[in-house]
Amino acid sequence: MSGGETSVSEADGNGGIMGQQKNLEGYVGFANLPNQVYRKSVKRGFEFTLMVVGESGLGKSTLINSLFLTDLYSPEYPGPSHRIKKTVQVEQSKVLVKEGGVHLLLTIVDTPGFGDAVDNSNCWQPVIDYIDSKFEDYLNAESRVNRRQMPDSRVQCCLYFIAPSGHGLKPLDIEFMKRLHEKVNIIPLIAKADTMTPEECQQFKKQIMKEIQEHKIKIYEFPETEDEEEMKMVRKIKDRLPLAVVGSNTIIEVNGKRVRGRQYPWGVAEVENGEHCDFTILRNMLIRTHMQDLKDVTNNVHYENYRSRKLAAVTYNGVDNNKNKGQLTKSPLAQMEEERRDHVAKMKKMEQEMEQVFEMKVKEKLQKLRDSEVELQRRHEQMKKNLEAQHKELEEKRRQHEEEKASWEAQQRILEQQKLDASRTLEKNKKKKIF
Amino acid sequence: MAATDVDVFSNEEKRNLSLGGHVGFDSLPDQLVSKSVTQGFCFNILCVGETGIGKSTLMNTLFNTMFENEEASHYQNGVYLRPRTYDLQESNVHLKLTIVDTVGFGDQINKEDSYKPIVDYIDTQFENYLQEELKIKRSLFNYHDTRIHICLYFIAPTGHSLKSLDLVTMKKLDSKVNIIPIIAKADTISKSELHKFKIKIMSELVSNGVQIYQFPTDDEAVSEINASMNAHLPFAVVGSVEEVKVGNKTVRARQYPWGVVQVENESHCDFVKLREMLIRVNMEDLREQTHARHYELYRRCKLEEMGFKDTDPDSQPFSLQETYEAKRKEFLGDLQRKEEEMRQMFVNKVKETEAELKEKERELHDKFEQLKRMHQEEKRKVEEKRRDLEEEMNAFNRKKVAAETLSLSQPLKKDKDKKN
Repeated sequence: MSGGETSVSEADGNGGIMGQQKNLEGYVGFANLPNQVYRKSVKRGFEFTLMVVGESGLGKSTLINSLFLTDLYSPEYPGPSHRIKKTVQVEQSKVLVKEGGVHLLLTIVDTPGFGDAVDNSNCWQPVIDYIDSKFEDYLNAESRVNRRQMPDSRVQCCLYFIAPSGHGLKPLDIEFMKRLHEKVNIIPLIAKADTMTPEECQQFKKQIMKEIQEHKIKIYEFPETEDEEEMKMVRKIKDRLPLAVVGSNTIIEVNGKRVRGRQYPWGVAEVENGEHCDFTILRNMLIRTHMQDLKDVTNNVHYENYRSRKLAAVTYNGVDNNKNKGQLTKSPLAQMEEERRDHVAKMKKMEQEMEQVFEMKVKEKLQKLRDSEVELQRRHEQMKKNLEAQHKELEEKRRQHEEEKASWEAQQRILEQQKLDASRTLEKNKKKKIF
Repeated sequence: MAATDVDVFSNEEKRNLSLGGHVGFDSLPDQLVSKSVTQGFCFNILCVGETGIGKSTLMNTLFNTMFENEEASHYQNGVYLRPRTYDLQESNVHLKLTIVDTVGFGDQINKEDSYKPIVDYIDTQFENYLQEELKIKRSLFNYHDTRIHICLYFIAPTGHSLKSLDLVTMKKLDSKVNIIPIIAKADTISKSELHKFKIKIMSELVSNGVQIYQFPTDDEAVSEINASMNAHLPFAVVGSVEEVKVGNKTVRARQYPWGVVQVENESHCDFVKLREMLIRVNMEDLREQTHARHYELYRRCKLEEMGFKDTDPDSQPFSLQETYEAKRKEFLGDLQRKEEEMRQMFVNKVKETEAELKEKERELHDKFEQLKRMHQEEKRKVEEKRRDLEEEMNAFNRKKVAAETLSLSQPLKKDKDKKN
């Protein structure tokens, strides 16, 4: 336990909660974390996918062999220029290499036939499709419910070979780079740099960089670091972009040293000589210092771009591209949840409205029913009254009639009686007369 | 983004090539390490244990610093979790340390639900990570990872066995987080009692099927030390931030009348072992296990709950697009169906009510038809009576007229008689 390192820590790069800074009074030991990470990464092994694009004959295979100091391309496994294709193909070869205990699974993707046809329109399309299909594979693997291994075959770097014409970029070069700079890290290289003098090379490089800037092509950018040393190196590399390279499969003896080079009658162009070409810079940058960063940029930038475009299309069915950017901070599922909630609210409102209308209508109907009931009742009462009146009238009439009848009958009886009396008197008189 | 086991590609042809010189990719681990160091590390510890068992003291001792912690009271209504985040640095390594304390654990009379806030907290952190992972525009590489990497479970030094609260809680947590059980305040147990206690605890854990964290033994560099440490679980620890002079050194210790318990003395307690395992050897493995095992399990369950599957009925793997599109179609169909249902319900309701009202109308109508008929009947009767009356009256009148004409002619007869 060494003496404590009391140090004030600065805010780190992690997003999220800012923690309280604490000083440690003694060695804790988490400074060992990087070693743990180191150990685990070595155990896991590494992988890297490198794509090479360029017309045939530009020395792509030779460069790969030189870069990795191995016969990736050999008579049994010929390089792209030797595989004559009618149309552009995209093919990959996987190799396992070991160095210093570190295992690397290297995938080289090459594009035989690129730029070789008479009509090269859309010769970039198979390349774009390949890159997208690798992104899609990764996206699907990442989105599975059961994620076991997630093999990463995404293209992490694309070396684009520019023919050493000495003048500038060809239209095909510009087209290709414009279409791919947002999908993959592009590192443009000047091939067969031993056909140009240093001055011509300078000129050519300047011209190319100018054109790249004009066309707003985003080639791979070296990350800024805080380390002074590293920054110096990065700036040196930046000055020499695009890198002019020479490759060779043969080893030649120069001044007692065995070097890779190309033997000419006038001398030997050494591959690893910094004054002859930028090969060493390329190798250092690509393999020794920035390989991890290339992988990170692919994962954090290019892949994320692909993913968010893909998912946004799925979520909105590609309907509205001008949707509020804020909505992209949700997952498609959260989006659906929100839509569901909106819909539920809408339906509730609709339901309420319909209820209201319904209630109103029912009330109306019932009211009408009641009204007609009242009306009918009234009429019935009316009729009843009428009838009763008639009844009474009739009764009255009958009574009158009965009265009349009774009185007349009484009268008649009296008359009858009178008549009887009268006739009896007559009878009496008659009888008297006889005597 | 890590490379996978090479076997995954066994279906593709890959060649082993030997290199003709030093290429330089053996610096890859260094590149990775340097990136990680720049990014900084994150570590989250959950301390579960009764109030007063020594959680805060142990944290202070482990990290050689005084984390602010008010002492908790024993009278909390329930268990709640208190996370605190600190930024620590050691040489060039930045560590964002979050210590989550369980306040009130074991204090209530009814402890049935004590484990719930803990499980909820752990799940919430998983959920937050999952949500970030599912976003359309996401930034995982600079996301502050709050998932719990290690749960230190503090066992009270009774010397007998685990409490049932301990078993219940650990059982609930073992599939969600790496658990390292530790015996707290180990300076109250003697060596022989401790030995028995440890055996008892481990056998209880095994017999109850509690999965505690095993230090990994697959990496040759550390397999030996990890294997031997596994045998010392649970660690019996003593924490102290006070310094006591022992001999000519000043060490962290607890001073008793009968002696001084030195924290960093391996024959006094297992503190050093804990620190070694937790921080110096396996910190990265704990983070990895949390992400690769516990988080994946949570994620799998959650996605299955939401209805995601990896293969369709024909066992063809779904692509993400298909899955989402299918979900979306299902979702829209669902919404539409709900709308339809509601409309249909209304249509039915309207029909029903209409039928009811019609029925009522008809009844009313019938009633009045009946009344009308009755009324007609009455009217008819009245008419009949009237006719009868008329007839009677007519008959009477005729009679009267007849009688009058008779009486008119009769007086003539009388006169005639008189003349005779």
